[in-house]
Amino acid sequence: MKKAALKTALGALAFVASGAFADEDASLVINGEIEIVTETAAAAHLDGALKTVYSGWVFRSDETQAMQADDFDNPGMLAVESAMATWATAEGTNGKSCADCHGDASETMTEVRATYPKWNEKAGELRTLGQQINACRETEMGAEPYKTDSAELLAMEALISSVGRGTTINVAIDGPVADIWAQGKELYYTRTGQLDLSCASCHEQNYGNMIRADHLSQGQINGFPTYRLNNAALNGVQGRFKGCVRDTRAETYAPNSPEFIALELYVASRGNGLSVEGPSVRN
Amino acid sequence: MKRIIQIAVGLSLAATVGAAEVAPEAVEYSEYGEVAVSLSGTAGDPQNGIKVMTTRSKGNCIACHQVTDLQDYPFHGEVGPSLDGTGSRWEEAQLRGIVANAKHTFPDTVMPAFYKTTGFTRPGDAFTGKAGTEPLPPLLTAQEIEDVVAYLVTLKD
Repeated sequence: MKKAALKTALGALAFVASGAFADEDASLVINGEIEIVTETAAAAHLDGALKTVYSGWVFRSDETQAMQADDFDNPGMLAVESAMATWATAEGTNGKSCADCHGDASETMTEVRATYPKWNEKAGELRTLGQQINACRETEMGAEPYKTDSAELLAMEALISSVGRGTTINVAIDGPVADIWAQGKELYYTRTGQLDLSCASCHEQNYGNMIRADHLSQGQINGFPTYRLNNAALNGVQGRFKGCVRDTRAETYAPNSPEFIALELYVASRGNGLSVEGPSVRN
Repeated sequence: MKRIIQIAVGLSLAATVGAAEVAPEAVEYSEYGEVAVSLSGTAGDPQNGIKVMTTRSKGNCIACHQVTDLQDYPFHGEVGPSLDGTGSRWEEAQLRGIVANAKHTFPDTVMPAFYKTTGFTRPGDAFTGKAGTEPLPPLLTAQEIEDVVAYLVTLKD
């Protein structure tokens, strides 16, 4: 009770201190204890395209920023709670739950989100976190895979992200994924559609600028899955890619297509050095 | 002789039908991106130009450009330069060329071409995300471009 009152007071102070848009010097500490890096030097592989990388949190309004600072205010945490129940529930022909192999997610899964998408040596393929969850379900549990971008899959991704909040995004770009990464980079800079825009047109050349009523971010994906106030649901990375590409009046790629998996790897790597934030709260 | 007759016939046709519309792929850009000839052959209406510039489903120019004269319409963007004083800085032919396809004037610009129908990468069917078939309908009609240009030339310093 006392803690809640203190938080409210702090929130009110923060609100008064900043203007209509995000205070770009604001810092994010979740639940008063998880420190999030929302701004840091860009990784060397960005070749100077960006000097500094910023979490999308920096570009959001004070109210939206505040929602992510407290799990009781973050609607994405409801999905995490439901995934915690799923985590402990046996499913599939092998009668196993996630917990049977992985134990307590808050202890065993903290380092997972930061390194995805990640090469799976045994399978000889690059996997997004969602693909890895489904591989587990099919091979280990004998359960049906979740549908791409389904609420169940995003909730499980949110759980695995939430226990890793504050760890540093560190996606590998070399070795077996080097060619896929290069493909993703090319897609990032390719202008498509009747509006002839690339990811870079908005998120590299124009981050920080307004486009009509929207404050353009760098399009970082360290906060995914993301609870969007826009559709009041958790959103996956590639579903968001699809929406963005559609808005250039282009033919989009499908979630889980080789192109979007490559793009996810590349965009994730642009955020190396930022913190895992998911489930984040955005517009 | 034959050629002269053809020209004469062409002239009389133009006179009968009224000035012809220039199709998107037939627009002639100068070396610096100017378009000297009216795209519609009909004088632009600056009031409708304002409507095109501020309507999301039309030009939505203020999504990227700030215009003090249009401050009654909310949410002006910052992606492109302010259009204040545009009519003092640019000739009509330059403005027509920039609105129709700015890449002839500024090769690296992020500004979409509003009067172009072919030559896109992965063209879509409007905002459906599905494949579109070229030629796509241009983002604005010839007359809407003339209307926008007619408004822009009034923006004097």
